Amino acid sequence: MNLFKFIESFTDDNLMNSTGSRRDSFGQFGQLGKNLALASIPLGLAAFTNKAFASDIGPTPSTPIGALQLALTLEYLEDEFYRLGLESGVIPTGGRDEKVFMQIAKHEASHVEFLIAGLGASAVTKPTFDFTVGGAFDPFNATGIGTTAAYQQFLVLAQAFEDTGVRAYKGQAGNLISTPDLLTAALQIHSVEARHASEVRRLRGLKGWITGNDRGLGMPSATQAVYDGEENVTQAGFNTSTVNNGSLGPAIPGAAGSESYDEPLTTQQSVTIANLFIV
Amino acid sequence: MKNAVTVKEQLTSGTNRRSFLKISGLTMAATGLLLTGCNNDDDSSNNGPYAPGVRNGKFDLGSGDLGVLTYAYALEQLEADFYTRVVNLNNFGALFNSEEQQVLSDLYAHEVIHREFFKVALTGALSNPSTQLLPALEFDFTTVNFSSRSSILGTAKALEDTGVAAYNGAGKLITSTEYLLLAGKIVSVEARHASAIRSLINPNSNDFAGDDVVSASSGLDVAKNPSQILPVAGGFITTEFTATYLP
Repeated sequence: MNLFKFIESFTDDNLMNSTGSRRDSFGQFGQLGKNLALASIPLGLAAFTNKAFASDIGPTPSTPIGALQLALTLEYLEDEFYRLGLESGVIPTGGRDEKVFMQIAKHEASHVEFLIAGLGASAVTKPTFDFTVGGAFDPFNATGIGTTAAYQQFLVLAQAFEDTGVRAYKGQAGNLISTPDLLTAALQIHSVEARHASEVRRLRGLKGWITGNDRGLGMPSATQAVYDGEENVTQAGFNTSTVNNGSLGPAIPGAAGSESYDEPLTTQQSVTIANLFIV
Repeated sequence: MKNAVTVKEQLTSGTNRRSFLKISGLTMAATGLLLTGCNNDDDSSNNGPYAPGVRNGKFDLGSGDLGVLTYAYALEQLEADFYTRVVNLNNFGALFNSEEQQVLSDLYAHEVIHREFFKVALTGALSNPSTQLLPALEFDFTTVNFSSRSSILGTAKALEDTGVAAYNGAGKLITSTEYLLLAGKIVSVEARHASAIRSLINPNSNDFAGDDVVSASSGLDVAKNPSQILPVAGGFITTEFTATYLP
């Protein structure tokens, strides 16, 4: 039953026939996407699109369509992860955690639908995901490590996915600069991922923002690729780690420099991280 | 006549300013500002860029990339000034628990860094910064009750959500990929801030990305044009300036 609903929600037919405000919000975006699709779908990617189970996705092209295709793959990943998490019973029920992940899951499902509608014929298919990464993780307690231990791993992966999402969208901004409406929509998703990232990090007892390239307490070294490069303190030649506010207020810690700017991931870096979970 | 948004402080009652705190992500509060001749003109993108600087006796933010960066500089000045007041409060340690103090201290640091970044970046990018750099603005936060935790956090929430909506809406106005990326690097930190402040105000909830700012149907955050942001943010800004050439 759940599986049928799950599959149904990804069909074009369902999206085209959906009613109410959601369809309205898709309308303009969807049309734009179709026009762009006709204009710029790359040949190589068309084959990729038709592949039923894409293992190891390749880098998407540096075009508006390519940017949204990468986004869709990452949203598929997040959407399935939170869906399975909520079904698995590892998330403590009745309190903050459940409210948080129900809200995040709702947003990721909307992002998937939004991007599918926007991309139209250029929409990539959902890869097959393995959130255990070959057995290294057990976020859904599939092997019986216990809900508490499994939930900690679920939180670890959630943090990694959200912080990756923020960086991946940011890395695609330049590819969307020629299509203002798509850029705006991507920015509107990007900031939602950042809101999610902050809350998941805070659930884990961390700051909502990233200090240096510190992946944070309890994050396994396998997640370091999500944080490498975040230590940058040079923005357009300006050193963000040596700012002071003079006599106006307390001293500004040097660590605040990297915290105050999030860094992008390249397409290849984003794809490499996603491929860890694609089988 | 192109978009002419005159942001001007009126003699105003505190009630109008207070409404700033009540805005949701999708509505614009009526504040003590004059909004004159705001036309939607599809041809505005065909205008050549207007440099920031004084026009008709008031500083105008200008247009083009430098106009957008100057707009961002104004908003970062606002945020930095607010958090500077907060962390300097004599009762800062009494009003807030240690977690809240850490968050507010970090936000203070981040926003001051953003402000100083824009000041330096604009000074380097403007052809004549002595006349084209937006001056240090002056602010009036008399509507904020600085002895009230909820008033301070509520103001922080409004400022951060406004910042997110402003950067989200400004992205499409930027033509340089470098500037667009810089704005992108900042907006996600503003969104992390907004989430944290919302979580401090209402921890056992989904307010960190609540339905009031993230559409429950599309999952999209708010994006607003300068002409929608400035009347709201301007409720705290006493220095008069105009945004005639921004949409």
